[in-house]
Amino acid sequence: MKIITTPEHQAVESPAMLVLANDVDPRTLDLNGVTRIDLVFPKFTDGRAYSQAFLLRRRLGFAGELRATGDVLIDQLVHMQRTGFDMAVLKDGVDASAAQRQFDRFTGFYQGSAVETQPPFAKAA
Amino acid sequence: MYQYTEFDKQFVRARAAQHRDQLERFQSGQLSSDEFKPLRLQNGWYVQRYAPMLRVAVPYGEISAAQLSVLAKIARDYDTPDAELLAEAQTTQDKLPGVAPKLTTNYGHFTTRQNVQFNWIPLSQSADVMDLLATVNMHGIQTSGNCIRNTTTDELAGVAVDEVVDPRPYAELIRQWSTLHPEFAFLPRKFKIAITGALEDRAAIGWHDVGLQMVKNAAGKVGFKVLVGGGMGRTPVVGSQIREFLPWDQIMNYLEAVIRVYNRWGRRDNLYKARIKILVKAEGQRYFDEVEAEYTQIVEKDGGVHTVPQAELDRVSACFRAPSLNLPQDNPAWAAKAEADVSIEAAKTPAFARWIAQNVVRHQNPALRAVKLSFKRVGQAPGDATADQLDAAAALVAKFSAGEARVTHTQNLVLPWVRLDQLHALWLEAKVLGLAQPNIGLLTDMIACPGGDYCALANARSLPLAAAITERYQDMDELDDLGHIDFHISGCINSCGHHHSGHIGILGVDKDGKEWYQVTLGGSDGKELSGPTVPGKVVGPSFSSFEVPDVIEAVLNTYKALRLPAQGRHEYFIETLRRVGQDPFKAAANAARHPAVDAQTA
Repeated sequence: MKIITTPEHQAVESPAMLVLANDVDPRTLDLNGVTRIDLVFPKFTDGRAYSQAFLLRRRLGFAGELRATGDVLIDQLVHMQRTGFDMAVLKDGVDASAAQRQFDRFTGFYQGSAVETQPPFAKAA
Repeated sequence: MYQYTEFDKQFVRARAAQHRDQLERFQSGQLSSDEFKPLRLQNGWYVQRYAPMLRVAVPYGEISAAQLSVLAKIARDYDTPDAELLAEAQTTQDKLPGVAPKLTTNYGHFTTRQNVQFNWIPLSQSADVMDLLATVNMHGIQTSGNCIRNTTTDELAGVAVDEVVDPRPYAELIRQWSTLHPEFAFLPRKFKIAITGALEDRAAIGWHDVGLQMVKNAAGKVGFKVLVGGGMGRTPVVGSQIREFLPWDQIMNYLEAVIRVYNRWGRRDNLYKARIKILVKAEGQRYFDEVEAEYTQIVEKDGGVHTVPQAELDRVSACFRAPSLNLPQDNPAWAAKAEADVSIEAAKTPAFARWIAQNVVRHQNPALRAVKLSFKRVGQAPGDATADQLDAAAALVAKFSAGEARVTHTQNLVLPWVRLDQLHALWLEAKVLGLAQPNIGLLTDMIACPGGDYCALANARSLPLAAAITERYQDMDELDDLGHIDFHISGCINSCGHHHSGHIGILGVDKDGKEWYQVTLGGSDGKELSGPTVPGKVVGPSFSSFEVPDVIEAVLNTYKALRLPAQGRHEYFIETLRRVGQDPFKAAANAARHPAVDAQTA
């Protein structure tokens, strides 16, 4: 997962991008030609965009970029990566130096996710 | 018990390391208080009235002797505030009107959701405590926060004589599936699952966000009856059936659907309307239809990857085989003789007989019994265990119950694997420790939350009331005569003391900065004796703390005056209440008010 700052996030405007409010059902959208979707965390405790990301990646097979925006903090990054985000815009003022070790900490998880779809028991079988 | 694999063990250690990382970032200012709060909550760290509180997860209540010993060590070595903080807290509490026990330190507290809490550990030591817990595969993962909480179950799971399916392997599968689920870590509100595999519901499944009852269908296949949308709090709601039969291997796929729709649709604008019960009430069939549609998509479009393979169920189930206990092989004659010996001993020793009748229950294995140790006694808050008592309990569990115990929803411990021929020896040892009060199920076996002595959310204290009732009703013959009564006390509307499900419930409320108490009557947790799950009804305006003990006594005297004989005994309190209705009890409660005291304290 790539982590960027707000200036980097604002640098590129693309006509093929969508910004989705977190109460939109992504299954109602026409994703033809869309290469990037920005999902929003208005507060980091509002987890609706995780379900949107999962549905986009896993259910709809969206292969473009899924970008996490808004109140994005270090300790959400692993959840974001696992639900299908591949880009996160860290909230202004958050020190990115603590980010990488969060990805290295757990050697595995109990569930399948949007990225690693099979749970451990399915792999063992 | 579930045996932790290397993967499970390193996972718990990694979680402890993650907490240390977060604590250090908080201490160095990289994480603000507001940012740290939801993170520490998901490891069980609250900040309470005077000090942090740690809630340790005891998955489905099953705990080992070694784990109890580590909890004892935490109570002894860490559950200690500095003297100044304690003195200041005591001074503040002493300013509240009324008689109350002193604040206590260095103890663990068994909770209604089968977990264990500590009230005084300094946050600066929290990471060391998590490391210590990890040495015995314990942690505080998701014991708080708006995520999937610890799954609770029947305290007699795996030993109950009325069991259809042992729910523990399924509870463990749910534990694993829900642990650090990436999509469901920030739900609108907390999410609690309870599961039972017996005919009688001893897990209060109707009061949970999801209640699961294991059943076998006409073809003999194992599955779940699924309830959704139960909960207590400000708006008590009993769960509704969303599925009559869900095949066992679909449980994760189905929970994923239930929770995904809740995550998307649940309200986030109002804390008191954020639980799934409000969504289910508001949307009804539309919610059910969406869940079923989502479930179909999970299976058909996503491939149903969390369908549980038989091999995985077998792997987990193997951990829950009954311990061997060196019993004489397949020997009904031995069991009959041992049972006869227990009867002889009981005939000689009435106190032992009373304990057997009240605290010991039958077992799937006729040579064994499940024994309930009571943590309800004068001088200690309900469910509290000192460091020494935790150590002593660990020793009893190791010696008499194959090293395994259960934390119960009623804040006691069950020893599920006690040999008939060791019952008397266990009783003798438990008696010395003060853990053999034969009051299980009786009035003084009450449920109480920590209330306003510790909890920052509480409107009123619970523990002084619990103490007052415990002191007033010490006569075992009188308690016996009053019979089974579920008496539940909550210090605020969050309902941690489950007042809604008490035959007699007490709810602390705040009026003009003073402590007042609502009394409710006729609630049920769904067990046979209590009847269908239902919240109790409020008895008139609230009472002062001075009045409550007299009100309880008036209600109980009314019961004694009105009860009828039933099946060789007299009616239980709840039976009389159901038969005659609330009015005579209400009248008695209201007549027990103290108008003079009201005037003084108003």
